[in-house]
Amino acid sequence: MAATRSPGLDSGQLLLICAAGMLTVAGISHTAAVGLVDSQVAIGFGVLIAAGELARLTMPGNREVAPVSTAASLGYALLLDVGGREATQSALQVVAVMSVGMIAGALPHIAVGRPPRLDAMARRLLAGSLLAFAYRPVAHPLYEVAAAGDWWPALGVMALLIAVMLTADVVIAAMLRSEQVRTAFGVAVRDEIRMAAPLGAAVAASGMLLALASHSMDLTALPAFAAPLLVTQVAFRKYAGIRATYLQTVRALSRVTEVGGYVEPGHSRRVSQLSIAIGRELGMPEPQLLELEYAALMHDIGQLSLRDPIPGGATVLTDPAQARRIAELGAEVIRKTGVLHGVAEIVRRQCDPVAESPPAASRIIKAANAYDDLVGASTDRDRAAAALERLRLDGGTEYDPMVVEAMARVVDRLTMTRL
Amino acid sequence: MRELPWPARIYFVAIIGAAVYLLAHCILAPEWTADIHWPTLLVLGLLFLVCESVPTLLNVPQAAVSVSYSAALAAVVLVGAEGAALVGLMAVLSVRPGLAVVKRLFNGAQFVICGYAAGRAFELAGGVPGLPEITDFPGILVPYGAATAAFVAINVALTAMILLLVGGLGRHQVALRGMVQFLGSYVGYATFGLLIAGLWATVESISTVLVLLPLFVARWALGHYHAEQRSYDATIAALCQAVETKDYYTRGHCTRVSAASGMIAEEIGMGAERLQAIRYAGMLHDVGKLGVPTKVLQKDGDLTEEEYAAIQLHPMRGLEIVRGIDFLDEAFAGIMHHHERVDGKGYPMGLAGAEIPEFARIIAVADAFDSMTSDRAYRKAKPIDVAVGELLKNAGTQFDPIMVSTFIKALSRDGWHPPQTTPAPSDDVVETTAKDHDDPTMPIQVVSER
Repeated sequence: MAATRSPGLDSGQLLLICAAGMLTVAGISHTAAVGLVDSQVAIGFGVLIAAGELARLTMPGNREVAPVSTAASLGYALLLDVGGREATQSALQVVAVMSVGMIAGALPHIAVGRPPRLDAMARRLLAGSLLAFAYRPVAHPLYEVAAAGDWWPALGVMALLIAVMLTADVVIAAMLRSEQVRTAFGVAVRDEIRMAAPLGAAVAASGMLLALASHSMDLTALPAFAAPLLVTQVAFRKYAGIRATYLQTVRALSRVTEVGGYVEPGHSRRVSQLSIAIGRELGMPEPQLLELEYAALMHDIGQLSLRDPIPGGATVLTDPAQARRIAELGAEVIRKTGVLHGVAEIVRRQCDPVAESPPAASRIIKAANAYDDLVGASTDRDRAAAALERLRLDGGTEYDPMVVEAMARVVDRLTMTRL
Repeated sequence: MRELPWPARIYFVAIIGAAVYLLAHCILAPEWTADIHWPTLLVLGLLFLVCESVPTLLNVPQAAVSVSYSAALAAVVLVGAEGAALVGLMAVLSVRPGLAVVKRLFNGAQFVICGYAAGRAFELAGGVPGLPEITDFPGILVPYGAATAAFVAINVALTAMILLLVGGLGRHQVALRGMVQFLGSYVGYATFGLLIAGLWATVESISTVLVLLPLFVARWALGHYHAEQRSYDATIAALCQAVETKDYYTRGHCTRVSAASGMIAEEIGMGAERLQAIRYAGMLHDVGKLGVPTKVLQKDGDLTEEEYAAIQLHPMRGLEIVRGIDFLDEAFAGIMHHHERVDGKGYPMGLAGAEIPEFARIIAVADAFDSMTSDRAYRKAKPIDVAVGELLKNAGTQFDPIMVSTFIKALSRDGWHPPQTTPAPSDDVVETTAKDHDDPTMPIQVVSER
């Protein structure tokens, strides 16, 4: 998804990274002062965290995750005993092991020029620390009960605290995201839950598995217990890969209309970016935004079926019958995929007037397309204002006034950042 | 049952008979029924059933390895051979929709046999069924390995045999790479079985949830991955066809070049990832053609040098468009160089022989072949043997002889479906071109302007 990111870090991200940095320093210095308890166990989990960090992956929407690393952190935080010997590490030691492992795992990536997303790393560290600080104080009483043969209280507390931790993580992620891409907080929370729920469940189960496994088996079994999660990770990597390729391909192929001289260079890309910004402004959730982006990128694909390019290519100036025909032809092309029905429908209705109540995405594309036809790649504020004024004149009949107002806010923000 | 060939029927009856005998033997053994732990058996049986109902499909369409196999192996450790046989029987009850009764019975019977054999192997190798203690590790690995080996060997043998008898095993499905993947997943699932058994002493049935939840999530993600992949393939094909609609006669060219390139690549033994990459490259190879002015393609007679240069530019244009996609670099090279000639007289760079990337040499053959076997405005489609003769004639000058002979080998086995005879366009909405830059029998003539 084309994130309208400012080049630097947002204030929320900075705050998060600072907090994580302070935690790291506190954890490491405390551990250095009192010494590492159960050093073998700490090193074992630290290595697993580092390996998981090395195998991090990027989920759709540019979200960096490291499931194995997170599960190992959970496992270490939740540890009750290793082969019958009670685990007595303090919460600060858990923080230290986590941060050292994460930094070690990030180093190879840095060496080959792939810097880590600091905010994502900070979030992982904070979530793990939260769990450690909540759980370590109650670890001893839970161990006493479990050692007597009753594991259910420990299991219940683990599950409860993990659920709390995952919720906190989702809230933090949604807060960061709503600031980053300027979407409503409620929408961001739903988006994050949709993204995080399946992987979160797998990570939570594996984290508990790692903690319990150390009871009945030796530490050497640790990698084996990460195996189920590894399968999950492979599956998600494939999924994220195809999602990314899909988007790249549609973005790339939307340019054939430019190469063929049907539209101005960069038109499809600009229309899609503007459409997404408007869609976010109007509170669209991510799956809808994805359809909107595809439709916006391909809104002119019907022109390929025309005998000759329309001079200038600007569809706002072509006669409505012609524009409608292009929309129909484009929808026809997309319908041939047999899968993108929603996208085809959006493209088909992209020039319908408001009275015919086309889908919201079609209304957005219609307005964004007209705006780009009038303004193009220009960044002139007067020209933008004039174009908006013209769209407002047709507001209510041709263009949806709500869309035009959302566009005005988006354009205002964009020209502000450009100045 | 009736549609099965008679050797398959005999085999089927024999397997069922063996399974029934084993089950009777188990249930009637008094010393076993005395000390069986029924709740454990019940949970494992249910687990097996759940797993069996959502199989992880591998690349063999008729057979599937499912997570259920971990449950059977866990049963070997926890409740012994007889228990494993009973757990295997649950496959009969699988709620997978559309599964024929014959298949259910066969699956159940063969899992009974596999489970029992694995259990016996476990005991023979020194394992004692029951809750494993901390002190059992890592010593338990030897009998567990023996049980796994017995289970996998018998499972593969029994299943392969029935597939062979039914005649469902094709050439593609027994590729070595597939087998390695197959065995890899078997070993992986075996590990999960041990994890379940190992944790049973601590948290009993919860261990199955903890081990299998990530696997079910993985299965969910893989399902989405496959759906996205199919959707992606359909989309890329539709978009490429949209680029072609302009020229009436070349419609479908991209998909056919993609298929033919795939045939050659498969024949020379390319791995799955490269195979997919060359299919995409074949699909996208002419995407830059839209940048060639229509009047150049429609011009009758010789082209000027300038006009020819416009045609020669299309591979670069294509590359420019697709560069933002995360393909293998080889795919880009294939698109960029698909009009190079082995004798160095091609374009855009005039590479010769082995300098030309492998992908480009493959696409060149596929591209020319489809052009010759399709109708053009200025000629009818050539029969396949004429087109093959033309490829052979130009092997060594225009085409890589190895790719040509490989393609002919693949053609003679898999056959080729040339496009339907294209009726002459009726309305004037569509356009036709007077030349095809891919056609080796009609090289584009260029006149010098001086």
